[in-house]
Amino acid sequence: MSKYKAVIGLEMHCELKSNSKVFSSGRNSYNETPNDNIAAVDMAFPGTLPVVNKKCVRDALMMSMVLNCKQPEYMYFDRKNYYYPDLPKGYQITQMDAPVGIDGHIEIECNGKRIPIDIHDIHLEEDAASLDHYYDTSCIDYNRAGVPLLELVTEPCLHSAEEAVAFLEHMRSAYKYCDVSEADTKKGQIRCDVNVSIMEPDATEFGTRVEIKNINSFGNVYDAINYEIKRQSELKMQGRYDEVEQETRRFDEESGTTIRMRSKVDAIDYKYFVDPNLPKFKIDKKWLEEIKKEIPLLALERKDKYMQELDLSDYDAGVIVKEREYAEYFEECLDLGIDAKTASNWLTTQILGEINREEVNLKDFYLTPVLLKQIIDEIKNGTISSKQAKEIFYKAVEEKKEPKSFISSDMAQISNKEELEKVIISILEENQSQVEAYKNGKDNLFDYFVGQVMKNTRGKANPVVTKEILKEKLDK
Amino acid sequence: MDKTIEELHEMLKNGSVSSQELVNEAIKKSHEIQEKYNAFVTILDDAKETKVTDNLLSGIPFGIKDNYSTKDILSTGSSNTLKDYVPFYTATAVQNLLDAGAIPVNKTVLDEFGMGGTGTTGHTGIVKNPWDSTRMTAGSSAGSACAVAAGVYPYALGSDTGDSIRKPAAFCGIVGYKPTYGMISRYGLFPFASSLDHCGVLTRSVADAAIVTDTMKGIDEHDMTSWDSSDIHLYESLNREVKGKKLCYIKELCDIESYENPTDELKLHLENFKKSLEICSSLGIEIEAVSVDKKLLDALPSVYVAISCAEATSNMSNLTGIIFGPRGEGKNVMEMMMDHRTKGFSPLIKRRFVIGSYILQKENQERYFKNAQRVRRLLVDTWKKLFETYDAVILPVGSGPAKHLDGSKDILTKDTAALEEHLQIGNFGGFPSITIPSGFINKLPVALNITGNCYDDANILNIAYAMESKMPYKNQIAKEVNHE
Repeated sequence: MSKYKAVIGLEMHCELKSNSKVFSSGRNSYNETPNDNIAAVDMAFPGTLPVVNKKCVRDALMMSMVLNCKQPEYMYFDRKNYYYPDLPKGYQITQMDAPVGIDGHIEIECNGKRIPIDIHDIHLEEDAASLDHYYDTSCIDYNRAGVPLLELVTEPCLHSAEEAVAFLEHMRSAYKYCDVSEADTKKGQIRCDVNVSIMEPDATEFGTRVEIKNINSFGNVYDAINYEIKRQSELKMQGRYDEVEQETRRFDEESGTTIRMRSKVDAIDYKYFVDPNLPKFKIDKKWLEEIKKEIPLLALERKDKYMQELDLSDYDAGVIVKEREYAEYFEECLDLGIDAKTASNWLTTQILGEINREEVNLKDFYLTPVLLKQIIDEIKNGTISSKQAKEIFYKAVEEKKEPKSFISSDMAQISNKEELEKVIISILEENQSQVEAYKNGKDNLFDYFVGQVMKNTRGKANPVVTKEILKEKLDK
Repeated sequence: MDKTIEELHEMLKNGSVSSQELVNEAIKKSHEIQEKYNAFVTILDDAKETKVTDNLLSGIPFGIKDNYSTKDILSTGSSNTLKDYVPFYTATAVQNLLDAGAIPVNKTVLDEFGMGGTGTTGHTGIVKNPWDSTRMTAGSSAGSACAVAAGVYPYALGSDTGDSIRKPAAFCGIVGYKPTYGMISRYGLFPFASSLDHCGVLTRSVADAAIVTDTMKGIDEHDMTSWDSSDIHLYESLNREVKGKKLCYIKELCDIESYENPTDELKLHLENFKKSLEICSSLGIEIEAVSVDKKLLDALPSVYVAISCAEATSNMSNLTGIIFGPRGEGKNVMEMMMDHRTKGFSPLIKRRFVIGSYILQKENQERYFKNAQRVRRLLVDTWKKLFETYDAVILPVGSGPAKHLDGSKDILTKDTAALEEHLQIGNFGGFPSITIPSGFINKLPVALNITGNCYDDANILNIAYAMESKMPYKNQIAKEVNHE
């Protein structure tokens, strides 16, 4: 641990989901075939013009509201001018002057603690093309050119790599809950820039800020921040803090270090100005209200609700809200009248276990809440034991058949007290010595008797009733 | 081909001429004009007739300025950076004409990417004025103005960022019209300065300008600045009922007393203008002189330079030779881009890029770019204020007839700057603006301009139409002056 206080700010770029790109009719979908998703605008052929995608604006406004930002009165875009082979127009259309959201704040959870995060702004922009470098050639893939991006900029309000990653996870979940992005780092849909500086714990002025650009996974964000804190702290402790320069670095995955790219002195002047091809338009208040109504309850809010209203444990609630489809499955169970604890148990153990093993999406999972209810009802009725229930669950999933079809009368649990009593009495008679030992204090023999009953009934004995009778007989 | 669109349509309808005959004549004439005045980048020798329908433009040839994207047809913007560029899509305005059965027969030379007012900076060489081949056509729609004036066809497309349609039209003795900003889609027009760029047309009569614009215009899903003008019918609105209309002119620009040492040409030009005003009066149009702060007028040229150069540097950043245009050479991709741009652009354009870049720099934006935008707003507001009282502002175009190609023969006076550049206000405000011929000075045509409020195109054209009918210059074909 460094003895200095770290100050961290994040820039999170997230690709939005949409049919077409943010300023063109080119398809916006993950595509392995290079240069397949392109319209003339995406390659900046002379005379082409951008046309803004209303759905992307809506999604951006929604995220602005999720972050409790202020929305501008008028929507317009700026040009960020620079030359690079992945930038066909020689400028990127972005928002500098009036971002879709400014001055926001949210609360996140990190190591069980709630911490406030201040948001500087969130803005809508277009992605650049992607470059593949080979030995003596580079190839340009314009599929990504014009893909809608939301860039979120926090204030320098985070103080550790854990907090930074917790924030990113929180936002990824929010994007997915709002259904505006797949937010998949594996597809390169999330990229981050990180600003790190250190200062004495009691200092009031920030230290020198170093920016690490274009980090493509949360793990790398974590490592980059920790490396950078360590690097800066060591220099400071050695009295060489003046060697920490305001500069841009990149994270090198192989060595786990950050490497200098350029000094802030060499910073590019992007010559921002308002794009005249995209006329200013007034954001209708009614439209904002409509969008606001469509914001779903997000993970943390749902977690609080599950814990407070349904009495779920912090852990279980946390697991259920991790993905929107989990929470939706869970709530569908509740709507069907399944008890919250039971639904939670099935979901967090069997169901998630199964979908993780099979790598399927819960939405595509065969055993819907309605089908799950068939199993749960039979347990409740005492027709089947929980052990049998699990067997039926796996059979139903495997054969894609309704659980009902596996439940036969012969499976029925023996819950009848008199019937069980007969079995138990005979077992106790056959095991006189064990009964003696138990009575002399060998408590663990209780389970032995339960086992014998199960063996005798081929597992059909209702365990609750069995235990009740056994206790009664043995403790007499 | 020296007829109006209405006349040609009538001839096509009654069978006295066929569409293919018109095309053949236009192509033949194109070659003659090319020889004499160098007006074209491409002549489409294989142009084919189209079916004659009730659409007035069907079966009739026309020309396209070479900064319109035309599918499968070389489109260079008159620049070496696009000297081999053949687009795979057609500009909306052109497509609208093609859909009406109009037949393009050539692509006309412009000042490189429209960034010039002389007609001398295209990559294929200078365009000469068909009235006097020692003079400029002005630009940037130089080839279009030359060809229409020379009678190659009744109309050619132009684009107008400062005065690029309306000035060459004046110097070639024809009509030049740019409608309200966004009435014609800019999709497929190679951009110069997006907030100032207009599509438009050069013709030999006001009615022809109305006919062509009626077809070119319309809201376009590819251009967010375009708007729905389906309830505007320019040609149908021409009725010459202008009695009681009110026009104003600006004293500071039109009174000879405003100039310290006026040249003879300027004197004649302003006299010609005053005569045009008398024609207005005879039509029952009220004319009033108004005064505009000279300081504001004098700021015009710098405001235009600041805004147009700034937008141009950004607009033309796509010209890197990576995706289209000749690949540059170099050790890495940045060097290749630099090589392409160094070789491709003329010095004039480079100068404008440097100005634009400088103006957009963070430390200069407030002083130059933002202030230019503020003055633009002041000028536009001043004109809008005039439109509260007047239907339009009427002014002379330039300070006399076409300038000499050999610039040394022209006497340049600094105090005519605002007179030379006032048409740019039409671009600042997106106002509909039309230039019509108003007479001759030393056998060379001069013109006047009428500029009105946004969306008031029909009214502006109708005033021009009424004035045109009282002057003998409608549908005139260039007659080259003799030099002894």
